[in-house]
Order: sequence, then C-alpha cells, then structure tokens
Amino acid sequence: MKQLLKNRTLRVTFYAFLLAALMLVTFTTVFAQDTTPTDDEVNAIAKQLYCPVCENTPLDVCPTEACHQWRELIRQQLAEGKTEEEIKQYFVDNYGARVLSEPPRTGLNWLVYILPPVLILAGAFILFRSFREWSKPKAVESGEGPEEEAGTSSDDEYIARLEQELKNRK
Amino acid sequence: MLAEFGYGILLVSFIVTLYSGFAAVIGVRNKSASLVESARRAQLLTFPLISIAAGTLIYLLVNNHFEVSFVYEVTSRSMPTYLKVTAWWGGQAGSMVFWAWLLAVFTSAVTIRKWERDIEFLPWVIVVSSVTLAFFLGMVVVFENPFTRYWSMNGSVVTSMFAPSSAATVFTPQDGQGLNPLLRHPGMVIHPPMLYLGFVSFVIPYAFAMAALITGRNDDRWIRITRRWALWAWLFLSLGLVLGGRWAYDVLGWGGYWGWDPVEIAAFMPWLTGTAFLHSVMIQEKRGMLKQWNMILIILTYALVIFGTFLTRSGVLSSVHAFANSPIGPWFMTFVFLTLIASIALVIKRWPDLRGETEMKSLLSREALFLLNNLLFLGVLVICFWGVIYPLISELFTGQKVTVGPPYYERATGPLFAGLLFLMAVAPLSAWGHSTLQTLGRAIWKSAAIAVAATVAIFFTYTQNVYALIGFFLVALVLSATTHEILRGAMARQKAQSENFFIALGRLMGRNRRRYGGYIIHISMALMAIGILGIEIFQVQTQGQLSAGESLDIGGYRVEYREVAQWDNVPQEVNYTRAVVGVYRGDKYLGELYPRKDMYFSGQPMSIPGQYSTLRDDLYVLLVDWEPISSTSATFKIYVNPLVNWLWIGAVTFLLGLAFAAWPDRDPADEPVRRKVHAGNRQTSAAD
Amino acid sequence: MTETNTPNAPKRGVPLWAQITIWVVLAGLLALVGFGLKRSSNPMAEVGQTVPDFDLVFYEGYEHNGTAKMKLSDLRGKVVMVNIWASWCKPCEQEAPDLEDAWQLYKDEGDVVFVGVDYVDTPEGAFGYLKKFGITFPNAPDLQSNISSILNRQMGVPETYLIDREGVLRQIKIGPFASVAEIQSFIASAE
Repeated sequence: MKQLLKNRTLRVTFYAFLLAALMLVTFTTVFAQDTTPTDDEVNAIAKQLYCPVCENTPLDVCPTEACHQWRELIRQQLAEGKTEEEIKQYFVDNYGARVLSEPPRTGLNWLVYILPPVLILAGAFILFRSFREWSKPKAVESGEGPEEEAGTSSDDEYIARLEQELKNRK
Repeated sequence: MLAEFGYGILLVSFIVTLYSGFAAVIGVRNKSASLVESARRAQLLTFPLISIAAGTLIYLLVNNHFEVSFVYEVTSRSMPTYLKVTAWWGGQAGSMVFWAWLLAVFTSAVTIRKWERDIEFLPWVIVVSSVTLAFFLGMVVVFENPFTRYWSMNGSVVTSMFAPSSAATVFTPQDGQGLNPLLRHPGMVIHPPMLYLGFVSFVIPYAFAMAALITGRNDDRWIRITRRWALWAWLFLSLGLVLGGRWAYDVLGWGGYWGWDPVEIAAFMPWLTGTAFLHSVMIQEKRGMLKQWNMILIILTYALVIFGTFLTRSGVLSSVHAFANSPIGPWFMTFVFLTLIASIALVIKRWPDLRGETEMKSLLSREALFLLNNLLFLGVLVICFWGVIYPLISELFTGQKVTVGPPYYERATGPLFAGLLFLMAVAPLSAWGHSTLQTLGRAIWKSAAIAVAATVAIFFTYTQNVYALIGFFLVALVLSATTHEILRGAMARQKAQSENFFIALGRLMGRNRRRYGGYIIHISMALMAIGILGIEIFQVQTQGQLSAGESLDIGGYRVEYREVAQWDNVPQEVNYTRAVVGVYRGDKYLGELYPRKDMYFSGQPMSIPGQYSTLRDDLYVLLVDWEPISSTSATFKIYVNPLVNWLWIGAVTFLLGLAFAAWPDRDPADEPVRRKVHAGNRQTSAAD
Repeated sequence: MTETNTPNAPKRGVPLWAQITIWVVLAGLLALVGFGLKRSSNPMAEVGQTVPDFDLVFYEGYEHNGTAKMKLSDLRGKVVMVNIWASWCKPCEQEAPDLEDAWQLYKDEGDVVFVGVDYVDTPEGAFGYLKKFGITFPNAPDLQSNISSILNRQMGVPETYLIDREGVLRQIKIGPFASVAEIQSFIASAE
C-alpha cells in the first residue's frame, strides 16, 4: 500500500476515490446546501409562521407581495444553512411573537396553556361533588326502584313498552 | 326622498319598540291587561315597519342609488340583481338592519301564538325581545345608518343623513364600489343569513327563560315552549357554520375549511353552548333536574350570540383593534355586559327555587353522561374563549402581540372532542336514572367488538398513526353502537307488532323523531369526524414550478401542466388566469382540472382551486404563479386531502337528521305534558 | 299551575364565595375589554404628549452620523420626523422621492432629523427600496413592531410623526405626502 501510494498517479486516484466516497456520504447535505431550497421546504416552515401584517393568515398561503418576500427570505436563510429554529427565531426577533402560531411558552403566556385545563378540572371537580351530593338518597323518595324509571324516557307509551322489552330481553 | 323615508321608518320602529318594552313593564306592574295587549300590538307592528324600511333599502340597492353611501359601498352597476339584493347583508349597516328584521319576524311569530296557559310570560318575553330589538335599531339609527347619503359642499364630499347645510347638494357617484368578490360566492351569499337566523332564533328561548325567571315560574314550561325554537336555531347555526367551511374550502384557497380564526370561533361559541343546552334540557324534561344549569347555558348562549354578531357582522373583523375602529364596539360590549349582569343577578335571586327535583342514582346513568357531555362542551368553549381573548390580555400586560392559532386549539380541543365521540357512543345506550357497568357493558360489547375489528382492519390497510387509530375507533364505535340501537328498536317493534321491518323502522323513528333525529345527528357527527381526521392528520401538500408537459407527483396522483390562458371579463370586472392540468392516478388518466386565479379590477385576488373529488380523497390544485408572457411555466400548489368528502356527507346527513328532529308537527306546547313517574310526581299540566 | 318547591327541599342560595367569584370574573372581563377598547382607540403617544422612548438600530449604511444604535431621547434638542414605511407598501413609494428631496433641504442645518422606520419588512426588500429611491437619511427596522406600537394608530403605512425639540409629539400625518412643500409645512409646525 505504502509503495503503491508512492506512485503519484495512484495516490491521486486514491484521494480522488476517498473524496468521492466522502461526497457520497455527505451527498444529501451537500446537495441541500448547494441548490436552492424547494418550495416544499420553504412552505414547511412558512406554514408554522403567520404573516406579520395580515390578521391570522399563515405565511404559506398568504397571497400578498409582502408574504412572497418573506417566503423568499425563508428560502434565502435555508440556503444559508440556517435551521428551522433559527429561522423562526429570526422572525420573532424582527417581527415580534405574533408571527408564531402559538404564544411562546414564557412568562405570562403560560396562562394560555394552564388556565383552560385548570378550569376544566375545576368543572370536573364541581360536577363530581354535585354527583355525590345528588346521589345521597333523599328519605322520601328512596322507595322508588329503577324499574319505574326505565319507562319514563319516551313520549310514546309504545316506545316505553318497547324499551322495557329490550331491557327484559337482555 | 326615499332615503329619508327609510330612515324615518327605522326611527319610528325604534320608538315603537321602546314603547312596546315600556308598556309591557308598566302593564305588568299595574296589572293592566290592556296595556300589555297594547305592548303586544306594538311588538307586532315592528315587523311590518322594519320590513318597509328593509324594502326601501333593497329598492335603493337594486336601483343603483349610489348617493346612499351604503349602496355605494356594497353594490356596483355590473352586479346582477340577486347579488344587489343580497348585498343587504354585505355590509355592516345593512346586516344590522337584517338582524333586526329577523328578530322582528321571530318575535312576531312568538307573540301571535296562543298564550292562554302562559299569559304571565307574555309581557316579559315582549320586554326581553324589545330590549334586544331596540338595541339593534338604536345602533342602526344612531351609528350605523344604512340610509346616509353623500353631499357635496364647497367642493368636498361629506356623508350625512340630512343636508349638512342649505348650500349642500346630494352627490351621486357614477358607480359603486361593488361587493367584495370573496363575498359573491353562493356559499357566502347564504352563509351570513343562516348564521344570523341561528343567532336570532336563540333570542327566543332566552326571552322565555328570562320570563320564567322573572315570574318565578320554575317548571320546565319555558323549555317545552321553546325547544323547537332552540332546535331550529341550532339547525341554522350549524348550517351557517358548514356553509362557511365549504365557502372557505372552495374560495379561500388554502386547502382547508376551518382556520380557528377569531371570527369563526365567535360563531362557533354559541353553537357549543347551544349544543350543551339542547342536551341538558332533556335532563330537565325527563328528570326535572338542572334547572339552574339550563338557565346559565341559555344566558351564555345569548351573550355569545350578541358577541358573535358583533365580531362576525361584516365578515372582515379579525383583530381586537376592529373593536375600536367602529363606534358601535363599546355599545355592543356594554349591552352584552348589562344583559349578562341582569341575567346572572336574576339567576342568583331565583337560585333556591330552581333547585333540582331528582337525585342522581348512578354515575353511568344517562343524565350523568349528559352532564359529562356538558362539561366537555363547556371545556371546548373555555379553550375557544380564552384563545380569542388571550392576545388582548397579553398586549395589555406585556405589550407583546401574540397569535393563538390552530396548533393550540387542535391540541387543546382534540382530547375533548374524542371524549365527546365516546359519550356519543355510550350515552344513548344508558338508561335514564339508572345504569351500571354491567348493563352498559352488555349493551355495548357487540358494537365495541365491531369497532375493534374495524380499527384492526384500518391498522393493517390504511394507517398506523396512533391518533388516527383512536379517532377511527371512536368513529366506528359511534357508528356501530348507534346503528345497533336503531336496528334493535326496529327489530323489537317488528316482532311485537308483526310488521314489515322497514315499516317498523319508519314508524319507530317517526313516532319519536327527536330521539331518532338525534341518532342520525350522532351518525353524521361520526362521518364528519372521519373527514376531519383525514384532513388534519393525512393532508399532504407540495408546490413546484412546472414547464408545459412537466408534472408533480403527490399522494398517488400525477398532475401534469398543460397550458395557461388569461383573459378579462369586463362586465364582471375581473381578470381570469386559468391553467389546464391533466390528472393521472398511476397510469390512469382521470381528466383535466382548471385551477384559476381571479384578479378583480379592484385589486382583490381570489384563488379558485381545481378539485378532483372522491370519497377516498380530494386532489386540490391551486395556481400560485405563472410566467405572464410566454406562459411556458406555472407554479402550482397541490394538496391531497384524504377523506375530506366525508365531512360534507356528514354535514348533509346532519342537516337531514336535524330537520327530521325539528320538523314541526303539532305545536309542541299543545302536547300533553307527560306525567313524571319519578320524584314526587309534581309535574302536572292543564292537559292532565 | 305555578309550582312551588317540595317543602322538604333545602332552600339554599348561591354560596357567597361563588357569587363573589362570578362578579369578580365578570368585572375583570369588563375591565379587560374596556381597557382594550380604550387602548386600541387611543395610541400610546398622543399629540401634545412626550413620546415614550424607544431604541433605534439603524440599517447598515443608513446610520445617524455614524452611530449605529441610539435612543429617541438622544435626539432631544432636534426636531425629529419619524416616517414609518415598508418596501411592500405602494403608497410609500409615492412619497419616497419627496422625502429624500426634503431631507436634502434640512440635512446640512442639523436641526431637523429624518428617521425612516421600516415596518415589518425583509432586509432585502428594505435595501432594495432604499437604493431604488436613493434614500440617504437614517433608517432603522421596526424590530418587533415596537416603534409602531408606540407611535402607530395601526391604520397602515405610511404614517409620519413629528416630534419637537422637547420630545413632544406635535403632529401626525396618515398616508403619503403629496409634495416637498407639504413636508416642509409639516415640519414647520414644530417650531
């Protein structure tokens, strides 16, 4: 090998092969950096961003000239090798947090994520407590059995019978 | 002259409405039946009055009276007559007149009904509807007058109802601006009136609820009288939402039907409380429970209806800033809060009288499951309301503008919607009053087995996505459980009556339309869920620039660019750019699609997609860009929206089911009130 | 017909804590919406009031006397005309040449400073625009829309704000200027 490598032409060929192999390995990344990012790559990011000047329009579907410029900006930054996160951060730094489709999870914004679950859980708790309160049998009515209720659900006497029948069948 | 006439009529209707409200209050205070009757007649008079005003407005719209600023803003000479008529609700001032007119129609319909048994409600129903009507008329008369005209004075043009000075002359522009082309789509022509119909019909149950609270009559009479109103209100609101979605899908060109935009949510919120209300009133009717809760729900619905009207009235509001740019913003908010405060104070006052009659026997009983359903609907409401209002809070406290967009809503409401689907499958199988795990299990195991089998099949043939599988399982469970329930009933009847199966099915459903209409609605919801799961989880998109003959591959389709042509349509004031693409699936040629970009001369662009629609998926092709001169290449954005057609199929089924349930037969108020078997048997009625 | 409650049903009203919570939440909502309404109809800076301070980070090549970053308050003692524009804004293009011509009249005196504030824009679009109209006065991007939210009524670009030597907002122009003379008389109102 060493001897062979002394041969200049062979050495060059070897390095050429090595280079080719390396290129093959890094082909995808190199490819992505060398060519213009495709529309799909741009849209994948634009979809997650909102047009900073229109109300509630995602950047990937916004038809205005300004949005077109912002999509080109994304393309350019992708071509420069920036990551998705970096591009999003760039948009936030320049145009404010409203370009994100959700409030960033910092400070007061936690409220937006925490309050609804808290309220729903509180609702569930109140409901559960009411259930317990309601299920305490009242002295006067405790004599009634479930058989009587089975028939109460329907306007139609006939349907009531029908339901009863279905129940008995089981 | 006509403008003054129309305005005069509006002013008169405003005064008549005010009189009607005051007369009703004073009449009931002084126990003067004649004064109440006078109030009732005044109330009835508002309908012809507002109709005349509206007729005047329509006349002005149709006959190109561009000296009227509203006419100038929403019509132009080139618009066809039917669009000029529908331009009535194409702008803010007109849409508020439209709202008031609908309310007058509905309250008139209510006040001419037979009142014998419920005469104590009458004055208060009049008061509530008069106050609401007076509010809208007041806004129209003072701030949003559709009859304002242009005047030229000292070389400048001003808008004013009456001549601003003796030197001023009426100024008539040559042509109007015309309706926003986005609003010319048939879907958008009928979408606002449907929403408004839904909104306005909810005022009636609210008025009766308030009447019940004020008079202290705490039975479920108000619910019986208004339940059909509520169903129709719900029908129209749903129709409005569906049409809005379809319009967005066909015209807005972003491959979706629902963007969680604040305006959409504003229309969705009363739907949520309305749906909860429709379910929970059944508990009150059957079990005499939840009187307090139903009051709260109808009050919330009413408040959200007014709020929603405010946000959606012109279809262009989406930011909180829009509140302020119109003088009526503060008034709307004041009205919403005043009615809320008054209603809540009433509920608190009557709270002890509204206590439920029955106790809850089981956590698995139908009523318990209905309450869970209410909790979930209200949960979705909380998420929506908070999402809409939070940007305002953020701006106030931190100065930071934020967007609360689809990812937030989808993540937050997803589990709740899943829970609702589950309840939809289970609740109809549980019994009123009492169910145990065993009875429920026995009722559902067959359907559950079918749903599991379906899910396994989907796992092997269609998708391995966990969320999708959970969703499809729930859909299958709803479909099989509901169908099973319907068939079981029909078979039982077939056996008992020895009828033909289909006759048995028809009679069973016909005799209990609210229940079986409800089942059809549940089935339709499951169908719609298929569409929503499809587009939310499996939507794919691609975009690319194509030269003639080149093609893009997506989701099994091949879209081949052929040509693009551009021409003006002068009468329609629009420039069309139409591309022709060939569509292949595999090697099979499916035909051509014609995605279009319409550029209105006013500068408004519109993207009309080319759609190839099957039950399996929609191919949705948008023309994004093209080379103007050579037209050798064009850029397309292509979506494949799997299963989305099930959404529309479900929507149609939904409307059929709802119409089935709500179609009038006898006046529900005249039905004998059923005797309660349960709880002290206090439910009596005149018919008994 | 009117029913009364079963005699043995307990007559309990809404608990006090719940009543208080309801009213507090309602009052909070009212205050919030009211406050929001008020604020969005009144901008933070009103004519006759001192403008709250903000940072200016100038575009490269468009600094103020070679300073890349400064505060508005650093310009006290001078009349400052803040012009908010964007490269995607068509009406802005109308007034851009006039603004530059007007700047040529004032720049040597040093008493009046023009500051262009580029509202939500891309750097590429911005530099293209500045070059196209040969703009030479200081220009800065409106980072996070901070400046426009202090000054702007959000009616859209262009808008121009005149701040006098004491830092008091003296006049607002919404929409483009029609001529150099109009700009001159606008600035003269700060005297």
